[in-house]
Amino acid sequence: MSKIHVTTTVNGDEVEFLADPRESLLDCLRDHLGLTGSKEGCGTGDCGACSVTLDGTLVCSCLVLGVEAEGRRVATIEGMAEGNALHPLQRKFLEHAALQCGFCTPGILVAAKALLEKNPDPTETEVRYWLAGNLCRCTGYDKIIRAVLDAAAEMRQEAA
Amino acid sequence: MAKDELSEFHLVGTRPLRPDGLDKVTGRARYGADVSMPGMLWGAVVRSPHAHARIVRIDASKAEALPGVKAVVTRADFPEGLTGENWNLQENTMAGERALYDGHAVAAVAATSALRAQEAARLIEVEYEVLPHVIDVDDAIRPDAPVIREGAADATVPEGSPPNVARYIEFGHGDTEAGFAKADLVRARSYKTEATHQGYIEPHACLGQLGADGKGEMWVCTQGQWFIRQMCSSVLGLEAAQLRVTPSEIGGGFGGKTTIFMEPLSLALSRKAGGRPVKIVMTRSEVLRATGPTASASMDVKIGMTKDGMITAADAEFRMQGGAFPGAPVDMALYCAFAPYKLPASRHVGYDVLANRPKCAAYRAPGSPMGAFAVESLIDEMCRELGLDPLDVRLKNAVKEGDRASYGPTFGSIGLVETLEAVKSHPNLELPLGPNQGRGIASGYWFNHSGETSVSLAISEDGTVQVSVGTPDIGGSRASIALMTAETLGIAYEDVRVNVVETGALGVNEPTHGSRATFASGKAAVIAARRAIAEMCRRAAAEWGIDAEAVEWANGAAQPAGPNAGKFPPMGIEEIAAKMGSTGGPISGHHESVPEGVGASFGCHVVDVEVDPETGRTTILRYLVVQDAGRAIHPSYVEGQFQGGAAQGIGWALNEAYVYGQDGRLQNAVFLDYRVPVASDLPMIDTQIVEVPNPGHPFGVRGVGETGITPPLPAIANAIEAAAGVRMRSLPMSPPKVLAAIKAAREG
Repeated sequence: MSKIHVTTTVNGDEVEFLADPRESLLDCLRDHLGLTGSKEGCGTGDCGACSVTLDGTLVCSCLVLGVEAEGRRVATIEGMAEGNALHPLQRKFLEHAALQCGFCTPGILVAAKALLEKNPDPTETEVRYWLAGNLCRCTGYDKIIRAVLDAAAEMRQEAA
Repeated sequence: MAKDELSEFHLVGTRPLRPDGLDKVTGRARYGADVSMPGMLWGAVVRSPHAHARIVRIDASKAEALPGVKAVVTRADFPEGLTGENWNLQENTMAGERALYDGHAVAAVAATSALRAQEAARLIEVEYEVLPHVIDVDDAIRPDAPVIREGAADATVPEGSPPNVARYIEFGHGDTEAGFAKADLVRARSYKTEATHQGYIEPHACLGQLGADGKGEMWVCTQGQWFIRQMCSSVLGLEAAQLRVTPSEIGGGFGGKTTIFMEPLSLALSRKAGGRPVKIVMTRSEVLRATGPTASASMDVKIGMTKDGMITAADAEFRMQGGAFPGAPVDMALYCAFAPYKLPASRHVGYDVLANRPKCAAYRAPGSPMGAFAVESLIDEMCRELGLDPLDVRLKNAVKEGDRASYGPTFGSIGLVETLEAVKSHPNLELPLGPNQGRGIASGYWFNHSGETSVSLAISEDGTVQVSVGTPDIGGSRASIALMTAETLGIAYEDVRVNVVETGALGVNEPTHGSRATFASGKAAVIAARRAIAEMCRRAAAEWGIDAEAVEWANGAAQPAGPNAGKFPPMGIEEIAAKMGSTGGPISGHHESVPEGVGASFGCHVVDVEVDPETGRTTILRYLVVQDAGRAIHPSYVEGQFQGGAAQGIGWALNEAYVYGQDGRLQNAVFLDYRVPVASDLPMIDTQIVEVPNPGHPFGVRGVGETGITPPLPAIANAIEAAAGVRMRSLPMSPPKVLAAIKAAREG
């Protein structure tokens, strides 16, 4: 199958790649652009490890075709910190020991950031339901939920 | 110099950021599938769609004709003549004469892209002759069951046993009949647990390279790089030292990444493709169909109890299937089942049974959750019948230091009583419950493990310290080992870097399994640090012109041991390090052994549930884990192990199960259908760390990873009975099953 030329924006940078039309956006990010921070845990949209935003909307990049990224804006875990300045969620995940193996962490961070952009003051239940599409097998979610709530509180304080 | 006697630590017990944290929150950490190499090919595996079938013919000609296809391998590409577990591993890696389960690999292909490899795999034609299959353990143990393998029984199996019994175990002590005669209440019940999967979010992935000269390399997500090396070498007939295995960061393992699956296939493909590296990444469906789930179990338990709650005797017969190969952890299930109780008499019998399912792998406290489900459920039921407090009964019968364990050995220092007392005084036990709500408690046990361990420590030119360990960091062990090393040396936590190294860099290490990393690699790192300290003291003594014995180490510096040793200002590690080139050369410390002094860990969980009488759905309202850690080196990661174990146990109890069709094929091989707990299923998980130090470790560490998965299965069953008045004796306790039980109880 002949490849298709795709021009898109990833984490603010314009990039180009050649995609087989069967390849997912996740495949293209990982294998063509070398952005391996987004992970494949299932390939069926059930685990959320591949979470990215597409024009600001949270998606499973394993369920988006690479060619669909043409002319769009993609944001991945690699663009979450500004230089060496971590996003408050990244800092709080470290402080709360909210990761064990760390494999689900990029997807959860991207998903949690999307939540706080929509809802800066979520309840515990709202965080739990928003992250219900992101599987973590190590932590039992306790420290993840605490980290997200703590980051939200800090971001609200900074915004005030 | 010895820290063993210290009651106060500077670093042990604090909660610094983990050293590998920054990489893991920025996406930089490199896991199994994240690395590529020049000239790399992609591999794909052809798998049996049948539970049991003779492989009549494999025709790869169409695949081989596809442009970009560089190699196809079948069992014919593997050496013959292997025996025992090596043969089992080879047969599981690639089917020989028969496919033994749905998902069993029968061929593999390497091509220039992942898509091309998948296309080629579809073009490989395999002709099967479908054979009768058997899935359930109670069906598989029948004398007339389809035979998985002739001659599979080992020497332990009594003559005349059913054909699929591969191993038999029997042990006990005392006179059980006399014990049951002394009891006021004797109850016998049967229980079943389903196979579950470890469910690590990272699928298996490897990048292997093997030349015609027998030299090879592998990058792989694994709990144990030396296990991968040894197993791949055996299966492929290589010399172990010629294969270098580098562990990637690992996206969860829980025991399931302590063995091989497609790793030898990547090496075999690479060798056939002229030594080009071959990357294989499993899909989730492949992970569920073809990598190690747990065993499933069918168990009969009988217990005698006096009216004041003393256990008089116990009898257990467990049957477990671990797939088409021997290895169901029926022995460990029996060892752990009654471990929290002092038994006057007991009899334990176990059968390891073959069935047409994937070869089981270790899963967090292998066997222990099944046994606990049966025993802890029955004890709860009997307490209810006798009107006794289940916590008091557990305390009355609790094993203590010096007691003979139900499985033979005498317990050293253990903290079961302290754990149960901590539960008893926990505020969660006082919280009121509403309608349809109930509280359940249960205990759990894991031995913990030591194993072959080799650690090297080296002092850098600036006095900072590198520690090379062979145990992959699966949940914060770099942090705990750095804390213990820095504490021993009297330097800052940040001045220690712990590296997980490849097989070429150290002697053999067992994997990160058996809750051993912080115990065994930690203990070895402390001993290595003490050796480096002794050398640094010698260097200072030589400079000061005094005896090495007259120098002691404190606060990161050598100093005269007393007023008679002479008056010299302390010589810090930086100063000693800066001149080491002219005072005798590099300074390092090394330790290798099978560290002695493993400390067992008991836990007790309390769960509050609400059962919806209309749907049978169980909601976890509140959850408490209390467990003896010995010493919590980094308490956050100890809590994390408690919480993670509890969550996996909750999934096993309520949702998770392998579902097979009549055709013997796995019906729920995706995460949508194999449903692990999600964030909205769970409440916060309360933890309390009990610390009864293990005298066998310099800081008292026991190992905490596994015990926590054991109590949730029975604790939730006990809570469901308290909430809904029904006793669930088979897992999972899913809404339809609980609802059916409620309806049956109503109809009486």
